[in-house]
Amino acid sequence: MFVLSGYDALLIFLMLSALVPVLALTISSLLRPKGSGAFRTTTYESGVDPRGDSWIQFNIRYYMFALVFVVFDVETVFLYPWAAAFNQLGLLAFIEALIFIAILVVALVYAWRKGALEWT
Amino acid sequence: MEGIDLGNAFAQSLSGLGVPADVARALWLPLPMIVILLTVTVGVIAAVWGERKWSGMMQQRWGPTIIGLGGSIQGAADGVKLLIKEDIIPIKADPWLFTLGPAIVIIPVFFSYLVIPFGQGLVLSDITIGIFFIIAVASISPIGALMAGYASNNKYALLGGLRAAAQSISYEIPLALSVLAIVMMSSSLSTVDIVEQQETLGLFSFFSWNIWRQPIGFVIFLISALAETERAPFDLPEAESELVAGHHTEYTGMKFALFYLSEYANLILASLIASVLFLGGWSFIVPLEPLAALFGIEAANPVFQVVNALVGISVTILKATFFVFLAILARWTLPRVRIDQLLDLGWKFLLPVSLFNLLLTAALVLLSNTLKTTLPLYLPLVIFVGLVFVAMSLQKRPAAKPTAARA
Repeated sequence: MFVLSGYDALLIFLMLSALVPVLALTISSLLRPKGSGAFRTTTYESGVDPRGDSWIQFNIRYYMFALVFVVFDVETVFLYPWAAAFNQLGLLAFIEALIFIAILVVALVYAWRKGALEWT
Repeated sequence: MEGIDLGNAFAQSLSGLGVPADVARALWLPLPMIVILLTVTVGVIAAVWGERKWSGMMQQRWGPTIIGLGGSIQGAADGVKLLIKEDIIPIKADPWLFTLGPAIVIIPVFFSYLVIPFGQGLVLSDITIGIFFIIAVASISPIGALMAGYASNNKYALLGGLRAAAQSISYEIPLALSVLAIVMMSSSLSTVDIVEQQETLGLFSFFSWNIWRQPIGFVIFLISALAETERAPFDLPEAESELVAGHHTEYTGMKFALFYLSEYANLILASLIASVLFLGGWSFIVPLEPLAALFGIEAANPVFQVVNALVGISVTILKATFFVFLAILARWTLPRVRIDQLLDLGWKFLLPVSLFNLLLTAALVLLSNTLKTTLPLYLPLVIFVGLVFVAMSLQKRPAAKPTAARA
Protein backbone atom coordinates (compact mmCIF):
# COMPACT_ATOMS: atom_id res chain seq x y z
CA MET A 1 0.00 0.00 0.00
CA PHE A 2 1.36 3.41 0.94
CA VAL A 3 4.66 4.24 2.60
CA LEU A 4 2.99 6.77 4.93
CA SER A 5 0.21 5.14 6.91
CA GLY A 6 -3.19 6.76 6.80
CA TYR A 7 -2.70 8.60 3.54
CA ASP A 8 -4.77 6.12 1.53
CA ALA A 9 -7.73 7.22 3.64
CA LEU A 10 -6.76 10.83 2.95
CA LEU A 11 -6.94 10.33 -0.81
CA ILE A 12 -10.30 8.57 -0.65
CA PHE A 13 -11.72 11.20 1.67
CA LEU A 14 -10.52 13.98 -0.66
CA MET A 15 -12.35 12.31 -3.53
CA LEU A 16 -15.49 11.81 -1.42
CA SER A 17 -15.53 15.45 -0.26
CA ALA A 18 -14.96 16.62 -3.83
CA LEU A 19 -17.96 14.52 -4.76
CA VAL A 20 -20.24 16.52 -2.41
CA PRO A 21 -20.51 19.72 -4.51
CA VAL A 22 -20.50 17.72 -7.77
CA LEU A 23 -23.40 15.56 -6.58
CA ALA A 24 -25.30 18.49 -5.11
CA LEU A 25 -25.07 20.54 -8.30
CA THR A 26 -25.85 17.57 -10.56
CA ILE A 27 -28.94 16.53 -8.61
CA SER A 28 -30.05 20.14 -8.47
CA SER A 29 -29.59 20.57 -12.25
CA LEU A 30 -31.92 17.61 -12.81
CA LEU A 31 -34.63 18.99 -10.55
CA ARG A 32 -34.58 22.75 -10.92
CA PRO A 33 -36.62 24.72 -13.45
CA LYS A 34 -34.96 26.80 -16.14
CA GLY A 35 -35.99 30.41 -15.97
CA SER A 36 -35.86 32.85 -18.82
CA GLY A 37 -35.89 36.60 -19.26
CA ALA A 38 -33.13 39.16 -19.61
CA PHE A 39 -33.68 40.89 -16.30
CA ARG A 40 -32.95 37.96 -14.05
CA THR A 41 -29.41 37.68 -15.35
CA THR A 42 -28.44 41.31 -14.83
CA THR A 43 -25.98 42.17 -12.08
CA TYR A 44 -27.58 42.95 -8.73
CA GLU A 45 -27.02 46.46 -7.52
CA SER A 46 -29.73 47.15 -4.96
CA GLY A 47 -32.46 47.24 -7.60
CA VAL A 48 -31.09 50.02 -9.80
CA ASP A 49 -29.37 49.48 -13.14
CA PRO A 50 -25.72 48.58 -12.48
CA ARG A 51 -23.29 51.36 -13.27
CA GLY A 52 -20.15 50.19 -14.99
CA ASP A 53 -18.16 47.00 -14.55
CA SER A 54 -16.52 45.76 -11.40
CA TRP A 55 -13.59 44.27 -13.31
CA ILE A 56 -11.67 47.53 -13.17
CA GLN A 57 -8.34 48.64 -11.78
CA PHE A 58 -8.64 49.67 -8.20
CA ASN A 59 -6.48 50.01 -5.13
CA ILE A 60 -6.26 46.75 -3.21
CA ARG A 61 -5.46 48.33 0.10
CA TYR A 62 -4.28 45.31 1.96
CA TYR A 63 -1.47 44.27 -0.35
CA MET A 64 1.01 45.39 2.31
CA PHE A 65 -0.76 43.11 4.78
CA ALA A 66 -0.41 40.31 2.27
CA LEU A 67 3.36 40.89 2.09
CA VAL A 68 3.73 40.84 5.89
CA PHE A 69 1.50 37.76 5.96
CA VAL A 70 3.83 35.85 3.66
CA VAL A 71 6.76 36.57 6.01
CA PHE A 72 4.92 35.34 9.10
CA ASP A 73 3.23 32.41 7.41
CA VAL A 74 6.59 31.07 6.31
CA GLU A 75 7.78 31.68 9.86
CA THR A 76 5.03 29.49 11.32
CA VAL A 77 5.87 26.76 8.81
CA PHE A 78 9.48 26.88 9.99
CA LEU A 79 8.41 26.82 13.64
CA TYR A 80 6.11 23.77 13.39
CA PRO A 81 8.89 21.15 13.17
CA TRP A 82 10.74 23.02 15.91
CA ALA A 83 7.71 22.88 18.20
CA ALA A 84 6.95 19.23 17.48
CA ALA A 85 10.52 18.20 18.29
CA PHE A 86 11.05 20.72 21.08
CA ASN A 87 11.15 18.18 23.92
CA GLN A 88 14.15 16.43 22.41
CA LEU A 89 16.01 19.56 21.37
CA GLY A 90 16.55 21.36 24.65
CA LEU A 91 17.97 24.76 25.50
CA LEU A 92 20.02 25.42 22.37
CA ALA A 93 16.98 25.08 20.10
CA PHE A 94 15.08 27.47 22.34
CA ILE A 95 17.79 30.14 22.03
CA GLU A 96 17.97 29.63 18.27
CA ALA A 97 14.23 30.05 17.90
CA LEU A 98 14.41 33.09 20.16
CA ILE A 99 16.90 34.72 17.77
CA PHE A 100 14.77 33.71 14.77
CA ILE A 101 11.61 35.19 16.28
CA ALA A 102 13.50 38.32 17.40
CA ILE A 103 14.55 38.99 13.79
CA LEU A 104 10.92 38.67 12.70
CA VAL A 105 9.71 40.91 15.52
CA VAL A 106 12.15 43.54 14.24
CA ALA A 107 10.54 43.12 10.82
CA LEU A 108 7.10 43.47 12.36
CA VAL A 109 8.11 46.64 14.23
CA TYR A 110 9.62 48.02 11.01
CA ALA A 111 6.44 47.32 9.05
CA TRP A 112 4.39 48.82 11.87
CA ARG A 113 6.51 52.01 11.98
CA LYS A 114 6.41 52.29 8.19
CA GLY A 115 2.62 52.28 8.37
CA ALA A 116 2.17 49.01 6.50
CA LEU A 117 -0.34 47.89 9.11
CA GLU A 118 -2.59 50.93 8.73
CA TRP A 119 -5.85 50.74 6.82
CA THR A 120 -5.65 54.13 5.12
CA MET B 1 -4.84 2.14 24.93
CA GLU B 2 -6.58 1.04 21.75
CA GLY B 3 -10.25 1.80 21.28
CA ILE B 4 -12.61 -0.54 19.52
CA ASP B 5 -11.48 -1.41 16.03
CA LEU B 6 -14.65 -1.55 13.97
CA GLY B 7 -12.61 -1.73 10.77
CA ASN B 8 -10.94 -5.00 11.74
CA ALA B 9 -14.20 -6.49 12.95
CA PHE B 10 -15.82 -5.59 9.62
CA ALA B 11 -12.90 -6.98 7.62
CA GLN B 12 -12.91 -10.19 9.65
CA SER B 13 -16.63 -10.75 9.25
CA LEU B 14 -16.27 -10.22 5.51
CA SER B 15 -13.33 -12.58 5.18
CA GLY B 16 -15.47 -15.08 7.05
CA LEU B 17 -17.75 -14.86 4.02
CA GLY B 18 -14.82 -15.61 1.75
CA VAL B 19 -13.84 -12.07 0.70
CA PRO B 20 -10.06 -11.43 0.43
CA ALA B 21 -8.64 -9.32 3.29
CA ASP B 22 -7.43 -6.46 1.07
CA VAL B 23 -10.81 -6.16 -0.64
CA ALA B 24 -12.55 -6.18 2.74
CA ARG B 25 -10.32 -3.35 3.93
CA ALA B 26 -10.89 -1.35 0.74
CA LEU B 27 -14.64 -1.85 1.17
CA TRP B 28 -14.46 -0.69 4.78
CA LEU B 29 -12.48 2.53 4.15
CA PRO B 30 -15.19 4.74 2.59
CA LEU B 31 -17.95 3.67 5.03
CA PRO B 32 -16.97 5.78 8.09
CA MET B 33 -16.21 8.67 5.71
CA ILE B 34 -19.73 8.63 4.31
CA VAL B 35 -21.05 8.42 7.87
CA ILE B 36 -18.96 11.48 8.81
CA LEU B 37 -20.12 13.47 5.76
CA LEU B 38 -23.76 12.68 6.57
CA THR B 39 -23.24 13.46 10.26
CA VAL B 40 -21.74 16.81 9.39
CA THR B 41 -24.72 17.61 7.18
CA VAL B 42 -27.14 16.63 9.95
CA GLY B 43 -24.99 18.63 12.37
CA VAL B 44 -25.33 21.67 10.11
CA ILE B 45 -29.12 21.30 10.12
CA ALA B 46 -29.05 21.02 13.92
CA ALA B 47 -26.72 24.02 14.24
CA VAL B 48 -28.89 26.16 11.98
CA TRP B 49 -31.95 25.20 14.01
CA GLY B 50 -30.12 25.87 17.28
CA GLU B 51 -28.90 29.22 16.06
CA ARG B 52 -32.31 30.34 14.77
CA LYS B 53 -34.09 29.13 17.88
CA TRP B 54 -31.59 30.73 20.26
CA SER B 55 -31.47 33.95 18.24
CA GLY B 56 -35.25 34.02 18.46
CA MET B 57 -35.15 33.60 22.22
CA MET B 58 -32.60 36.39 22.59
CA GLN B 59 -34.85 38.69 20.60
CA GLN B 60 -38.06 37.62 22.32
CA ARG B 61 -39.57 35.84 19.34
CA TRP B 62 -40.16 32.19 18.53
CA GLY B 63 -37.83 31.37 15.67
CA PRO B 64 -38.86 28.42 13.47
CA THR B 65 -41.89 26.54 14.84
CA ILE B 66 -43.81 24.90 12.00
CA ILE B 67 -41.72 22.16 10.36
CA GLY B 68 -40.86 19.27 12.65
CA LEU B 69 -40.94 19.32 16.43
CA GLY B 70 -40.32 22.97 17.35
CA GLY B 71 -39.19 23.69 13.81
CA SER B 72 -36.30 21.26 14.18
CA ILE B 73 -36.14 20.11 10.56
CA GLN B 74 -36.60 23.57 9.09
CA GLY B 75 -33.00 23.39 7.86
CA ALA B 76 -33.64 20.17 5.94
CA ALA B 77 -36.74 21.70 4.37
CA ASP B 78 -34.72 24.76 3.37
CA GLY B 79 -32.14 22.46 1.82
CA VAL B 80 -34.79 20.71 -0.29
CA LYS B 81 -36.19 24.08 -1.30
CA LEU B 82 -32.77 25.33 -2.42
CA LEU B 83 -32.19 22.07 -4.31
CA ILE B 84 -35.14 22.75 -6.63
CA LYS B 85 -34.53 26.49 -7.03
CA GLU B 86 -33.50 28.00 -10.32
CA ASP B 87 -29.78 28.55 -10.84
CA ILE B 88 -29.02 32.07 -12.05
CA ILE B 89 -25.62 32.93 -13.50
CA PRO B 90 -25.41 36.67 -14.20
CA ILE B 91 -24.80 37.43 -17.86
CA LYS B 92 -21.71 39.48 -17.03
CA ALA B 93 -20.21 36.85 -14.70
CA ASP B 94 -17.51 34.35 -15.54
CA PRO B 95 -19.58 31.13 -15.56
CA TRP B 96 -16.70 28.72 -14.86
CA LEU B 97 -15.22 30.56 -11.89
CA PHE B 98 -18.74 31.32 -10.69
CA THR B 99 -19.49 27.58 -10.46
CA LEU B 100 -16.05 26.62 -9.16
CA GLY B 101 -16.16 29.17 -6.30
CA PRO B 102 -18.65 27.39 -3.99
CA ALA B 103 -17.02 24.01 -4.69
CA ILE B 104 -13.61 25.31 -3.65
CA VAL B 105 -15.12 26.82 -0.52
CA ILE B 106 -16.80 23.62 0.62
CA ILE B 107 -14.32 20.86 -0.28
CA PRO B 108 -11.57 21.91 2.21
CA VAL B 109 -14.12 22.26 5.00
CA PHE B 110 -15.34 18.69 4.60
CA PHE B 111 -11.82 17.46 3.90
CA SER B 112 -10.63 18.83 7.26
CA TYR B 113 -12.90 16.42 9.16
CA LEU B 114 -10.40 13.69 8.24
CA VAL B 115 -8.32 14.18 11.38
CA ILE B 116 -11.02 15.07 13.94
CA PRO B 117 -11.10 12.34 16.61
CA PHE B 118 -14.55 11.54 18.00
CA GLY B 119 -13.31 9.00 20.51
CA GLN B 120 -10.46 6.62 21.19
CA GLY B 121 -9.62 5.16 17.78
CA LEU B 122 -12.67 6.85 16.26
CA VAL B 123 -10.85 9.01 13.75
CA LEU B 124 -10.97 8.69 9.98
CA SER B 125 -7.22 8.77 9.65
CA ASP B 126 -4.66 9.56 12.32
CA ILE B 127 -2.07 11.03 9.96
CA THR B 128 1.04 12.29 11.73
CA ILE B 129 0.70 15.89 10.55
CA GLY B 130 -2.85 16.10 12.00
CA ILE B 131 -3.50 19.64 13.13
CA PHE B 132 -1.05 21.10 10.60
CA PHE B 133 -3.11 19.42 7.88
CA ILE B 134 -6.22 21.27 9.09
CA ILE B 135 -4.45 24.63 9.11
CA ALA B 136 -3.03 24.01 5.64
CA VAL B 137 -6.30 22.81 4.12
CA ALA B 138 -8.49 25.41 5.82
CA SER B 139 -6.59 28.26 4.17
CA ILE B 140 -7.78 27.11 0.73
CA SER B 141 -11.40 28.14 1.41
CA PRO B 142 -10.83 31.94 1.16
CA ILE B 143 -9.51 31.40 -2.39
CA GLY B 144 -12.95 30.06 -3.26
CA ALA B 145 -14.61 33.08 -1.65
CA LEU B 146 -12.31 35.42 -3.57
CA MET B 147 -12.99 33.48 -6.77
CA ALA B 148 -16.75 33.71 -6.23
CA GLY B 149 -16.54 37.42 -5.47
CA TYR B 150 -14.44 38.16 -8.53
CA ALA B 151 -16.39 35.94 -10.91
CA SER B 152 -19.74 37.53 -9.94
CA ASN B 153 -18.66 40.82 -11.54
CA ASN B 154 -20.64 42.55 -8.84
CA LYS B 155 -19.22 45.36 -6.71
CA TYR B 156 -20.59 44.05 -3.43
CA ALA B 157 -19.38 40.55 -4.20
CA LEU B 158 -15.91 41.73 -5.16
CA LEU B 159 -15.51 43.78 -1.99
CA GLY B 160 -16.82 40.87 0.08
CA GLY B 161 -14.37 38.47 -1.51
CA LEU B 162 -11.45 40.83 -0.94
CA ARG B 163 -12.47 41.34 2.67
CA ALA B 164 -12.70 37.58 3.18
CA ALA B 165 -9.15 37.21 1.91
CA ALA B 166 -7.78 40.09 4.01
CA GLN B 167 -9.49 38.76 7.12
CA SER B 168 -8.39 35.18 6.69
CA ILE B 169 -4.73 36.08 6.17
CA SER B 170 -4.79 38.42 9.15
CA TYR B 171 -6.09 35.85 11.61
CA GLU B 172 -4.39 32.77 10.27
CA ILE B 173 -1.06 33.64 11.89
CA PRO B 174 -2.34 34.14 15.48
CA LEU B 175 -4.38 30.95 15.02
CA ALA B 176 -1.39 28.97 13.79
CA LEU B 177 0.81 30.34 16.59
CA SER B 178 -1.67 29.45 19.33
CA VAL B 179 -1.92 25.93 17.90
CA LEU B 180 1.88 25.87 17.80
CA ALA B 181 2.02 26.31 21.58
CA ILE B 182 -0.27 23.29 21.99
CA VAL B 183 1.88 21.27 19.60
CA MET B 184 4.92 22.15 21.68
CA MET B 185 3.29 20.84 24.85
CA SER B 186 2.23 17.53 23.30
CA SER B 187 5.36 17.15 21.09
CA SER B 188 3.15 15.91 18.30
CA LEU B 189 1.05 17.25 15.46
CA SER B 190 -1.38 14.35 15.57
CA THR B 191 -4.80 15.25 16.94
CA VAL B 192 -5.06 11.88 18.71
CA ASP B 193 -1.74 12.47 20.48
CA ILE B 194 -2.87 15.96 21.46
CA VAL B 195 -5.97 14.53 23.15
CA GLU B 196 -4.05 11.71 24.83
CA GLN B 197 -1.52 14.17 26.19
CA GLN B 198 -4.45 15.81 28.03
CA GLU B 199 -5.27 12.53 29.81
CA THR B 200 -1.97 12.18 31.63
CA LEU B 201 -3.02 12.92 35.21
CA GLY B 202 -5.02 9.74 35.77
CA LEU B 203 -8.25 10.46 37.65
CA PHE B 204 -7.46 14.19 37.77
CA SER B 205 -7.01 14.54 34.02
CA PHE B 206 -9.47 17.42 34.09
CA PHE B 207 -6.57 19.59 35.23
CA SER B 208 -4.34 18.49 32.40
CA TRP B 209 -6.73 19.89 29.79
CA ASN B 210 -4.91 22.47 27.76
CA ILE B 211 -7.31 25.24 28.72
CA TRP B 212 -5.61 25.38 32.13
CA ARG B 213 -2.12 25.33 30.67
CA GLN B 214 -2.81 27.58 27.67
CA PRO B 215 -5.42 30.15 28.76
CA ILE B 216 -3.82 32.90 26.67
CA GLY B 217 -3.62 30.62 23.65
CA PHE B 218 -7.24 29.60 24.23
CA VAL B 219 -8.50 33.19 24.06
CA ILE B 220 -6.35 33.89 20.98
CA PHE B 221 -7.67 30.72 19.36
CA LEU B 222 -11.30 31.59 20.11
CA ILE B 223 -11.01 35.10 18.64
CA SER B 224 -9.07 33.95 15.59
CA ALA B 225 -11.40 31.02 14.96
CA LEU B 226 -14.41 33.33 15.10
CA ALA B 227 -12.69 35.56 12.54
CA GLU B 228 -11.61 32.64 10.35
CA THR B 229 -15.14 31.25 10.24
CA GLU B 230 -16.39 34.76 9.37
CA ARG B 231 -18.86 34.74 12.21
CA ALA B 232 -20.17 37.84 13.94
CA PRO B 233 -18.64 40.10 15.25
CA PHE B 234 -16.14 39.44 12.45
CA ASP B 235 -18.67 38.86 9.66
CA LEU B 236 -17.33 41.74 7.55
CA PRO B 237 -17.12 39.75 4.30
CA GLU B 238 -20.90 39.48 4.28
CA ALA B 239 -21.86 42.45 6.39
CA GLU B 240 -25.48 42.65 5.26
CA SER B 241 -25.90 46.34 6.02
CA GLU B 242 -22.92 47.25 3.83
CA LEU B 243 -22.39 44.54 1.23
CA VAL B 244 -25.83 42.87 0.86
CA ALA B 245 -24.39 39.36 1.24
CA GLY B 246 -20.73 39.79 0.32
CA HIS B 247 -19.19 37.25 -1.98
CA HIS B 248 -22.39 35.21 -2.38
CA THR B 249 -24.62 38.15 -3.34
CA GLU B 250 -25.28 36.79 -6.84
CA TYR B 251 -25.70 33.15 -5.86
CA THR B 252 -29.00 31.30 -5.93
CA GLY B 253 -30.22 27.76 -5.43
CA MET B 254 -27.78 24.97 -4.71
CA LYS B 255 -24.66 27.09 -5.11
CA PHE B 256 -25.91 29.38 -2.38
CA ALA B 257 -26.75 26.31 -0.31
CA LEU B 258 -23.15 25.14 -0.67
CA PHE B 259 -21.90 28.45 0.76
CA TYR B 260 -24.39 28.19 3.59
CA LEU B 261 -23.47 24.58 4.30
CA SER B 262 -19.76 25.36 4.30
CA GLU B 263 -20.25 28.28 6.69
CA TYR B 264 -21.94 26.11 9.32
CA ALA B 265 -19.76 23.06 8.66
CA ASN B 266 -16.80 25.36 9.23
CA LEU B 267 -18.28 26.63 12.51
CA ILE B 268 -18.78 23.05 13.72
CA LEU B 269 -15.27 22.16 12.56
CA ALA B 270 -13.76 25.09 14.46
CA SER B 271 -15.73 24.08 17.57
CA LEU B 272 -14.51 20.50 17.29
CA ILE B 273 -10.92 21.66 16.87
CA ALA B 274 -11.27 23.95 19.89
CA SER B 275 -12.55 21.08 22.01
CA VAL B 276 -9.81 18.76 20.79
CA LEU B 277 -7.05 21.29 21.40
CA PHE B 278 -8.19 22.86 24.64
CA LEU B 279 -10.95 20.82 26.30
CA GLY B 280 -9.46 17.36 26.09
CA GLY B 281 -11.37 16.13 23.05
CA TRP B 282 -13.21 12.92 23.86
CA SER B 283 -12.10 12.70 27.51
CA PHE B 284 -14.82 12.97 30.13
CA ILE B 285 -14.31 15.19 33.21
CA VAL B 286 -13.27 12.03 35.05
CA PRO B 287 -11.54 9.79 32.50
CA LEU B 288 -13.32 6.44 32.25
CA GLU B 289 -10.34 4.13 32.05
CA PRO B 290 -8.81 4.84 35.49
CA LEU B 291 -12.35 5.07 36.89
CA ALA B 292 -13.17 1.59 35.56
CA ALA B 293 -9.86 0.33 36.93
CA LEU B 294 -11.03 1.49 40.39
CA PHE B 295 -14.03 -0.81 40.08
CA GLY B 296 -11.89 -3.62 38.73
CA ILE B 297 -13.19 -3.47 35.15
CA GLU B 298 -10.55 -4.17 32.56
CA ALA B 299 -10.04 -1.83 29.60
CA ALA B 300 -10.33 -4.81 27.25
CA ASN B 301 -13.87 -5.58 28.44
CA PRO B 302 -16.07 -5.30 25.31
CA VAL B 303 -19.00 -3.72 27.19
CA PHE B 304 -16.67 -1.13 28.67
CA GLN B 305 -15.22 -0.41 25.23
CA VAL B 306 -18.65 0.24 23.74
CA VAL B 307 -19.60 2.48 26.68
CA ASN B 308 -16.25 4.27 26.38
CA ALA B 309 -16.74 4.90 22.66
CA LEU B 310 -20.31 6.17 23.15
CA VAL B 311 -19.27 8.47 26.00
CA GLY B 312 -16.36 9.69 23.87
CA ILE B 313 -18.58 10.60 20.93
CA SER B 314 -21.21 12.29 23.13
CA VAL B 315 -18.61 14.23 25.11
CA THR B 316 -16.89 15.44 21.92
CA ILE B 317 -20.20 16.57 20.46
CA LEU B 318 -21.25 18.23 23.73
CA LYS B 319 -18.01 20.18 23.95
CA ALA B 320 -18.35 21.28 20.31
CA THR B 321 -21.97 22.30 20.99
CA PHE B 322 -20.71 24.49 23.79
CA PHE B 323 -18.44 26.37 21.39
CA VAL B 324 -21.18 26.69 18.77
CA PHE B 325 -23.39 28.12 21.49
CA LEU B 326 -20.62 30.55 22.46
CA ALA B 327 -20.38 31.72 18.84
CA ILE B 328 -24.14 32.33 18.68
CA LEU B 329 -23.99 34.20 21.97
CA ALA B 330 -21.14 36.37 20.64
CA ARG B 331 -23.15 37.11 17.51
CA TRP B 332 -25.99 38.70 19.46
CA THR B 333 -23.83 40.32 22.12
CA LEU B 334 -21.00 42.06 20.27
CA PRO B 335 -21.44 44.72 17.58
CA ARG B 336 -19.67 44.15 14.27
CA VAL B 337 -16.15 45.57 14.13
CA ARG B 338 -14.89 47.91 11.39
CA ILE B 339 -12.31 46.63 8.90
CA ASP B 340 -9.51 48.79 10.35
CA GLN B 341 -10.37 47.65 13.89
CA LEU B 342 -10.36 44.08 12.65
CA LEU B 343 -6.90 44.38 11.11
CA ASP B 344 -5.55 46.29 14.13
CA LEU B 345 -6.78 43.58 16.48
CA GLY B 346 -5.19 40.88 14.34
CA TRP B 347 -1.83 42.44 13.59
CA LYS B 348 -1.13 44.78 16.48
CA PHE B 349 -2.60 42.80 19.35
CA LEU B 350 -3.11 39.10 18.63
CA LEU B 351 0.10 38.58 16.68
CA PRO B 352 2.50 40.02 19.34
CA VAL B 353 0.55 38.33 22.14
CA SER B 354 0.61 34.96 20.41
CA LEU B 355 4.37 35.27 19.77
CA PHE B 356 4.82 36.06 23.47
CA ASN B 357 2.63 33.12 24.42
CA LEU B 358 4.69 30.81 22.20
CA LEU B 359 7.98 31.86 23.77
CA LEU B 360 6.51 31.69 27.28
CA THR B 361 5.29 28.15 26.58
CA ALA B 362 8.68 27.17 25.21
CA ALA B 363 10.43 28.50 28.30
CA LEU B 364 7.98 26.76 30.64
CA VAL B 365 8.20 23.44 28.79
CA LEU B 366 11.97 23.70 29.08
CA LEU B 367 11.67 24.49 32.79
CA SER B 368 9.26 21.65 33.48
CA ASN B 369 11.49 19.20 31.59
CA THR B 370 14.44 20.27 33.73
CA LEU B 371 12.52 20.16 37.03
CA LYS B 372 10.65 16.98 35.97
CA THR B 373 7.29 18.39 37.09
CA THR B 374 4.33 19.79 35.18
CA LEU B 375 3.70 22.57 37.71
CA PRO B 376 5.46 25.40 35.77
CA LEU B 377 3.03 24.80 32.90
CA TYR B 378 0.26 26.35 35.00
CA LEU B 379 2.08 29.70 35.30
CA PRO B 380 0.18 31.17 32.29
CA LEU B 381 -3.07 30.50 34.17
CA VAL B 382 -1.79 32.58 37.10
CA ILE B 383 -0.70 35.34 34.71
CA PHE B 384 -4.02 35.20 32.89
CA VAL B 385 -6.19 35.35 36.02
CA GLY B 386 -3.99 38.20 37.32
CA LEU B 387 -4.40 40.13 34.05
CA VAL B 388 -8.17 39.66 34.14
CA PHE B 389 -8.28 40.99 37.70
CA VAL B 390 -6.12 44.01 36.81
CA ALA B 391 -8.26 44.72 33.74
CA MET B 392 -11.44 44.49 35.78
CA SER B 393 -10.18 46.78 38.51
CA LEU B 394 -8.88 49.32 35.97
CA GLN B 395 -12.21 49.40 34.18
CA LYS B 396 -14.05 52.60 34.86
CA ARG B 397 -17.14 51.94 36.86
CA PRO B 398 -20.21 53.74 35.61
CA ALA B 399 -21.08 56.53 37.99
CA ALA B 400 -23.85 55.52 40.34
CA LYS B 401 -27.18 56.67 39.10
CA PRO B 402 -28.33 59.70 41.03
CA THR B 403 -31.28 58.45 42.95
CA ALA B 404 -34.25 60.61 42.33
CA ALA B 405 -35.14 62.55 45.39
CA ARG B 406 -38.34 61.28 46.75
CA ALA B 407 -40.70 63.31 48.66
